[in-house]
This record gives sequence, structure tokens and C-alpha cells, in this order.
Amino acid sequence: MISADLKIILPEILLSLYAMGGLLLAVYTGKDKLAGLLTYATAAAMAVLALWIATAGAGNRTAFDGMFNDDGFARFAKVTILLSAAAILVMSQDYMARRGFLRFEYPMLVSLATVGMMMMVSAGDLMALYMGLELQSLALYVVASLRRDSAKSTEAGVKYFVLGALSSGLLLYGASLVYGFAGTTAFSGIIEAAGEGRASLGLLFGLVFVISGLAFKVSAVPFHMWTPDVYEGAPTPITAFFATAPKMAAMGLFARVLHDAFGGVTADWIQVIALLSVLSMFLGSIAAIGQTNIKRLMAYSSIAHMGYALMGLAAGTVFGVQAVLIYMAIYITMNIGTFAFIMSMEKDGQPVTDIKSLNLYARAEPGKALAMLVLLFSLAGVPPLVGFFGKLYVLRAAYEAGLAWLAIAGVIASVIGAFYYLRIVFYMYFGEEGEALDKGRSPVLWGALMVSAAIIGLAWLPGLNLLGVESAAAAAAATLVN
Amino acid sequence: MEKIILFAPLIGALIAGFGWRIIGEKAAQWVTTGLLFLACALSWIVLLTLDANQTQHIHILDFIQSGLLDTSWSIRMDRLTAIMLIVVTSVSSLVHLYSFGYMAHDDNWGEGEHYKARFFAYLSFFTFAMLALVTADNLVQMFFGWEGVGVASYLLIGFYYKKPSANAAAIKAFVVNRVGDFGFALGIFGLFYLTDSIKFDDVFAAAPALAETQLHFLWTEWNAANLLAFLLFIGAMGKSAQLFLHTWLPDAMEGPTPVSALIHAATMVTAGVFLVCRMSPLMEVAPEATAFITFLGATTAFVAATIGLVQNDIKRVIAYSTMSQLGYMFVAAGVGVYSVAMFHLLTHAFFKAMLFLGAGSVIHAMHHEQDMRNYGNLRKKIPLTFYAMLIGTLAITGVGIPLTTIGFAGFLSKDAIIESAWAGTQGGYAFWMLVIAAMFTSFYSWRLMFLTFWGEARGDKHAHEHAHESPAVMTIPLGVLAVGAIFSGMVFYGPFFGDHTKVANYFGMAHHEAAADAGHGAAGEDAGHGAATDHAATTTEHAAPASDGHGADAGHAVMAGTAPQGAIYMAPDNTVLDDAHHAPKWVKLSPFFAMLIGLVVAYWFYIVNPAMPKRWAEVQRPLYLFLLNKWYFDEIYDAIFVRPAKAIGRFLWKRGDGDVIDGSINGVAMGIVPFFTRLAGRAQSGYIFTYAFAMVIGVVVLITWMALSGGAH
Repeated sequence: MISADLKIILPEILLSLYAMGGLLLAVYTGKDKLAGLLTYATAAAMAVLALWIATAGAGNRTAFDGMFNDDGFARFAKVTILLSAAAILVMSQDYMARRGFLRFEYPMLVSLATVGMMMMVSAGDLMALYMGLELQSLALYVVASLRRDSAKSTEAGVKYFVLGALSSGLLLYGASLVYGFAGTTAFSGIIEAAGEGRASLGLLFGLVFVISGLAFKVSAVPFHMWTPDVYEGAPTPITAFFATAPKMAAMGLFARVLHDAFGGVTADWIQVIALLSVLSMFLGSIAAIGQTNIKRLMAYSSIAHMGYALMGLAAGTVFGVQAVLIYMAIYITMNIGTFAFIMSMEKDGQPVTDIKSLNLYARAEPGKALAMLVLLFSLAGVPPLVGFFGKLYVLRAAYEAGLAWLAIAGVIASVIGAFYYLRIVFYMYFGEEGEALDKGRSPVLWGALMVSAAIIGLAWLPGLNLLGVESAAAAAAATLVN
Repeated sequence: MEKIILFAPLIGALIAGFGWRIIGEKAAQWVTTGLLFLACALSWIVLLTLDANQTQHIHILDFIQSGLLDTSWSIRMDRLTAIMLIVVTSVSSLVHLYSFGYMAHDDNWGEGEHYKARFFAYLSFFTFAMLALVTADNLVQMFFGWEGVGVASYLLIGFYYKKPSANAAAIKAFVVNRVGDFGFALGIFGLFYLTDSIKFDDVFAAAPALAETQLHFLWTEWNAANLLAFLLFIGAMGKSAQLFLHTWLPDAMEGPTPVSALIHAATMVTAGVFLVCRMSPLMEVAPEATAFITFLGATTAFVAATIGLVQNDIKRVIAYSTMSQLGYMFVAAGVGVYSVAMFHLLTHAFFKAMLFLGAGSVIHAMHHEQDMRNYGNLRKKIPLTFYAMLIGTLAITGVGIPLTTIGFAGFLSKDAIIESAWAGTQGGYAFWMLVIAAMFTSFYSWRLMFLTFWGEARGDKHAHEHAHESPAVMTIPLGVLAVGAIFSGMVFYGPFFGDHTKVANYFGMAHHEAAADAGHGAAGEDAGHGAATDHAATTTEHAAPASDGHGADAGHAVMAGTAPQGAIYMAPDNTVLDDAHHAPKWVKLSPFFAMLIGLVVAYWFYIVNPAMPKRWAEVQRPLYLFLLNKWYFDEIYDAIFVRPAKAIGRFLWKRGDGDVIDGSINGVAMGIVPFFTRLAGRAQSGYIFTYAFAMVIGVVVLITWMALSGGAH
């Protein structure tokens, strides 16, 4: 019995063992000298795991009396999480090594965070949910303040920790309310207690608190305020990590809780999610206009994008979940490329984050500028780039679910949001003369940028069909909502 | 051969238009002109060897195939097409040649500016479009040519694009023609709606049934044949500058003079007449529409002639003369003698093109002076031009020996029209209008001659001293056209207006005597049949599969009709042609005397007593101003259409677009959004307690929201 359960969670166990073993190994041997090697090894391990999960997994299985789900939805999310985490690790290595803060704990912490995320998207019980969430969060708090000698990095870590604790408190309070009213922590039990729209008010209050806690993780307004500060303060590779895998995990968990545990009271939570969605889209778009720091700008950008993803969730349908998964996959692909570009922005060896420093960047490096242009256009949702299709899916999901007003609001917000993406393009191509940035030195970053831009720029072509994400997401969504 | 005629000008236009930088301007001119002469020679061969009893359909390619709509590009080769071919290609090739001289030096262009190749390319393009129009086998193809000549006309009127007046005239021509084209397009839609086909053969076959059909349009029911004929005629009105849609033609004289000769005298403006003649099977069953055509044609002939009396610009006089002569042609078509309309179209093309080219030669000699008050006594300086103009004037005024068929071209064709008008309207309105117009025509034509070639030399002395005869490339076309102006009437009198046997033979029509029991027996039966089945579409549906483009010769008079035989169709009860020949002598003499009166008065006014016109103008000042200002059509249109349209446009632009749309967008983008951006920036204080407070507020809001919206039930 227990061996069957363990077999199901084998990937998580393996990654945890790898993380702990790696820690011990590094502590007793070369410490930070091993960091570079460990980073690559971790990335490779994650890639292998992703491949394994993608190919080996099949069907719907549960372990530990329904605490852990292994279904298509979880696998889709896990593959995305693992691949993006691996990509970020590879991109970080050179950047952190040159600045002297590539510590051996870093890949291990990322591994542990990843285990937490895998736990989150597979959660079938409030306990499992909280365990995965905290494992992820604790690792991330530490990673955010990885650069202990930097006031900003430390500040980012502390802010994240304090507010994260508050959000965990909200979530736990919600969980206890749910337990109190449903009499169980298992999602399968909660959905029976809150079935067919007959949920008690206490259960719904519990749901709201849970939603609040999760909204903090996806940085949805009004639980978003940590995001700009943490994104700005944390070292850029860490920011890149924050902007990718944890977002997928949190969104996956969000979808799982809402559909697995509260699928019977869709009409109740749609209102809440729609409100979060519209607030996030507008605040993200409007506030980003005032930013000159590209990392802060990307923070607001991610807030806005989470708003769009939530729009798909707000639809409350299978197609909505499919749209969310597609949107997240596309969003993460775009962000990897964008952050690869941001990491390569430096002058005299020091990282630069002011968007004005990109003036006439296209003259110095036309190739990278073009790649960045593709990514920014895609982030803004310009057809026919892939980012446009992501938006199209969530808008369609919302519209078909009868939330036309939300879709219209999304379109308006995307018009506002286009401004700040296009402004960067403007600086790159038509800006004033200024001091040029250094030539990019890292082939890894260059490659990440180019691959990401190529996917975004070409995957929409007929025949490529978004690289099969659509059908995979459809299959994944079908296993979650039933 | 027909395909070569059609496409040679297009090839010339493409080579000259796009390739002149490679082959040079001179070569471009020669290529276009050479191809045009080739087309011209072939056209004459086609005309002379044509078998009128056999309408040919020469398929070129498929055009549009969608549902019932089956349009192909094919040449319809019958007598009507053949006549138009020689008119178009002859005048066009001569105008090409003439343009070598006329366009050699143009003050509108500076040193090093190339314009000649462009001009020739436009001319050839126009010719192609015009040929596409006249060779059309269906209405869509015809509409293509119709619009093609409109574009070419626009390009050529606005050829001197540096002159604002030329641009304005080009736009005016285009816009006014759009009004007519709207009617034409509606007519095509209507025909397709009722007959499910836009092929001429199918439409003609269905014409008798259309006469029995009612069609709801705008506010009431109409007789389909009358309504559609009327709509098609609106198109013709625009293209042929008939009253109310005529204002563009005088302004079109802004174009270079060869253009005026080719497009605005000989060919394009006659497209409307051609359309009415081409649609003769429909016109024959639309009595109200043809009555309107007659009425409007006669009125146009009269109005244009009155305006022509007092104009001073040599080209404008001829322009109004053209408009007036087009009115004549419509009267002929309106009363049902299409052959006579085509006759006048043919002769008019020769003598009017010559008058224009002659006027161009005068203008050329006088250094682009166009005001006749500054001419005078030029006959010694430019004798060849003078003789050409004299022949042209003799032709247009209709000089000949009364009661015989000996005379200049205009004498035969115009008298034929006037006699037909008498026969067709029983001596009514149209007849008298045309006779009076003939008198005026004579007056203004001789006035033009006397002012230009006789009397004292007036105006700029310098210009008169340097007046010189035009080069041979300009005078040769004049000579060729002079031959046409003298002889075309006499040569073609028989086939166009001889007697109905000759006419019927020439156009390949069924004979009237035989009509009752032979060819048109079927048509008559169809009319009854059409009434029985009460819908035109049903009849044509049966005809269409069998006809496959050869409706005329196939022997399938099943259900309904075949298209009437021949290039034009005259109903069995249409006896205007015979009646015209049996008109009383005074009717036949009337145009001659009208011409004499006009001549004598002009002679009196401008040779014997040159002070007279001025005194008359003062005595009859209101009338004079009324005519000088062209009956105030332009002013009235300006007040009724142009200014309100501009006012609406300005309102929508300034208020609608500028204030509402731009204003709201700018307001949101530059006012509201930045305000919220600042607000969001201020909220992001950097203090944890602020952030935590925001989260708490958020939870409270969500809980409240849930309690109110979700959990309350």
C-alpha cells in the first residue's frame, strides 16, 4: 500500500533527496566551489525529471488517501515548473558567479522550492496544500535575500517573509474555517460539503481567506504590493525565478482548490476571481507606466499578466482552465527570454536596470534588440505573436462564460499596457544618443533570449500549432474539471 | 485579330508607362502610337469583313464565377462593336500622332521633367478601357471598361497636376460620374436580380418578360423594364454629360487638347449613347424610359447650345457643342432609331475630333491663348488649320444640298436625327428643340470661325506676330479627319439611315416584314408566355443552360426567348425609320434653314457689324449673364450639394473626430491614466505596514463582496 503511494510521488522524493544530498555533499567538500557544478547538475536533474513526468505519467492516480494527485493537470504544471526552473538556473550561473554570490545553497534552495511547487499542484488536501506552499515559500524567502551584503536584497527578503507570513496566516485561517464547516480537509470531502451551490456562509468565508492567501502568491491586486519591491530588490536571476515557476505553481494550486474543492459553488467564487482579475489587469497596466526600472516594470507586468490568467480562471469552465494553462506556459516562455535580456543589460560589468539606458540599443545589437522587440510585442499582445493567442484564449473563455464585461475590461487594460512595452521598443529603436551598454558576453543568455524569441515569434505559424501546448493544456484541463 | 485590337493599346500603355525609363521617352511614344495604328488598321479590316448576321463571342478568360453569377471576359463582335472599334481606334491613333507635336513643348513642365511617356501611356490605357467597354459581352465587363475610361479621364484631365484648377476639374469629373455610375450599377443589379444573368444575350432574351414584370424599388412598384432602362440611362447621363450631370464636361477642358478631342468629344462621352443602343432590346420594351431619354436629350441639346452662344474660351465653345450633339444622339436613340444615333456618333467623332484638334492647333499657334477675343484674322497665318476648321464647321452645322444625300457628314446625320425626332414625336417638343439647337449650333460655330480667322487681330500683338502653322504631325491627323468629316456621312448614309432593309442587313436584324411571323414571333409569344409564368427568372433559367454564350444562333426557342438577332433591335411596331423618310418637305428643310439663319446672324454680328454683340449683351444683360454663367448650374449645385457636404464633413472632422474621438482618447491617455499611475506610485510607499494594510483591506472587501453577492442566498 505505502509502496504504491511512494511510487506515485517518486519524482518529488527523488528531487528532495537530491537537494538534501547535494547540501551535505557541498558542506563537507568544496562548499561554494561546487556551486557552479551543482547548478548545472540541478538543472539537468530537473530537465530529466520533466522529461520523465511528461513521458511516463499517465492516467489519474491518487496517493495517501487522496492527499496527493497525479493527473494530467499536475503533470502539465510540473513539466512547466521544472523546465522553467532549469532554464533559470542555467541562465543564473554565469551572472551570479561573476558577481560572487553564487552559493551552493542556491541550486539546493531552488530544488526545494521546486519540490514545494510540485507538491502544490498535486495537492488533494488542505494539509498537502499548506505543506507544499510553505516549503516553496520558505525556500523563496531565503533565495530573495541571497545577497546578504546588499541592503536591497535583504530588504526584499524581509518584506517577502513578513507579508508572506501574513498571507499564510490568512490562508491557514481560511483552511481552519473550511475544516470547521466541512468537517474535513480533503478536497473530495469539501466538494461534497459545498456541493451544488449549497455552501454555508462560513465555508465561503473560509474560501475567501484561502483565495486571499493564494492571491498573494500569484501577486493579484490587492495582495500584490510586495511584488515590485521584491522584484527590484532581489538579484535579477532570483527575480526571473520568482516571475516564472512559482507563478505557475500558485496558479495551478489556485485552479486546483477552486475546481477540486469548490467546484460546486462556481457561481460564488467567479465574482471574487473576476474582481481580482480586473483589478490586477488595470493596476498592473497603469502603474507600470510610471516605472523606469525595468525590473519594477516587469513586476507590474507580471501583476497584469496574472490578471489575465485569473480571467481564464474566472470563467469557471474547462476551457477556462485550458486557457489559464496555455496563458501561463506562454507567459513563462516570454518571461524567460525577457529576463535573459535584462540579465545581459550591464555597463562596465555592473547590472543596469534603467530603461533609458536602452537608448538606440538597436544600433549596437540589432539581433538582440529585434528578439526583445518580438518578446515585448508579444507581452503587449500584438498579433500574430504567441502572446496574442494567450490573451485570445482567456478572453474567449471569459466571453463564453458570459463575462463579456470582463473580456472588454481586459482588452482596454491591454491597450493601456501596450504603452510601456512599446516605450521600451521606442527607446531601443528611436531613443536619444546615450552611453551604450556593454556588449553581451554570455552565450547562455543570448541563447535563452533567442530561443524564447524564436518560439514566441514563430510558434503561431500554422503547422507549428503553438508547439502542441494547446492540446496538452486541453487534456490537462479536462482531468481537473469533471 | 479582335484580341490584338483589344490588347495592343494595353501593351502599349504598360510599356510606355512602366518601361519608358528603359527604352526612353521617344521610343515609348512610338511604341504606343505604332500599336494604336496597328489596332486601327485591324479594326477597319474587321468592320469591312464583318458578317453582320452572326454575332461572335470570342472567349478570352473566365472572370467571376460565383453562384448564378457567371462572368467571363469575351469579345462580343457584331456591327455595333465594329463601328465603335473603328471610331475609337481611328481617332485614338490620330490623336496619338497629333500629340507628338502638341505635347512636344509644354510650359506646364520645367526642364528635365518627363511627362510625354506618361501622357502617351494614359492615352493608350484610355483606349484599352474604351475598347473593353465597347467589346463587352456582359454588363460587368462593360462596367469595368466604363470605370476604366473614368479613371483614364480623371488622370488625363488632371494631367497638369500642378494646376489646382486641373485637379479640381479631374475630381469633379470623377465625382459627377460616380453619381451616374451609381444608377448604372443599380441597373446592373436589377437586371441580375430579375434575370439571374448579366450576359447581354440572356438579358435581351428576357427583355419582353421584363416588360411584364413589376419590381419594387424605393417606395413603390415599377415596371421592371422601364425602371432598369431608366437606371441604365442615369449611368449614360453621367458619362455622356446630359443635363443635370453635365457640369463636369466643360471643366474637363482643363486637360490637354488632344485629350479633349479623344475622350471628351469623340469616344468616352459617346459611351452613354453606345450603352443605350447596346441595350436596344430593353429600350424597345420601355416606352416611358425612352420618352424620358428623348425629352432629356432634346433639352440638353437646346440648353448646351444656348450656353455655347456666349462662351469665349474656344475649347469651352466646342465642349458645349459636344454636349449639345450628344443630346441629338440621345434623341435618336430615344425615339428608337438606334442606327441613326450610331450614325451621328460616327460622323460626330470625326468632325468633333477635328474641331478640337484644330482648336488645339490654333491654341498651339497662339502660345496657349484660349480666349477667342484675343484671336482674329488668323486664316493667313495658319492656313491648313483654317481649312480644317472650316471643313469641321461646315460638317457640324450641316451644310449640304437639301433633299439629296449629298453634303458634309453632319448634314446627313443631323438631318436624319431631326427627321426621326419629327417622326418619333409627331412633330413635338424634341423636334422643335433640335431645330432651334441646330440654329444655335450654326451661330456659335460660325461665331467661333469668324472670331478666330476673320476680322482684326486682337489681343497680344506679340503672339499674333509669332503665330505659326503647326508641324506636320499635327496637320496630317487634321487632314485625315477632314476626309472623314466630308465623306463619312455620304458613305454611311445607306446602311445607317437608308431604308429599313439596308439598315436591317447592315446590323444583321430580322426584317420587319418577316418579323411578324419569323424571328420575333417567338419574342411576341414569349411576352405572352412571360406573363403566364409571370416571372422573368423562370424563363431565363431555361434559356441559360442551353445558350452558353451563343444565344443568338442556337435554335432553342423553348419557353422563352432567344436574344433578338442582330446588333440592335427594333420592335416590329417601331416604324420611326420609315416615317422619318416620309416626313413632309418642310421638316426635311427645316434644319437647313435653321443653319442658314444661324450663319447669317453670325455673319452680321461678327463680320458686318462687330459692335453688335456688345450692344446686345448690354441690352439683354440678365439673359446674357444667365447664359454666360451656364444657367447657374454650378452655383446651384455648389449651394445644394457641395457646401452642405463640406459642412457635414467639417463638422464630423472637427467635432466628431477631433473633439469627441481624439479628445476622449487624449483625455484618457494623457489625463486619467497618468493620474492613476501617480496614485498607484504613491500607494507603493515601501513600508510593510502599508502593504499589510492593503491586504487586510482586500480581505475585508472580498469577504463583504462574497457576503453580499454569493453567500446571501
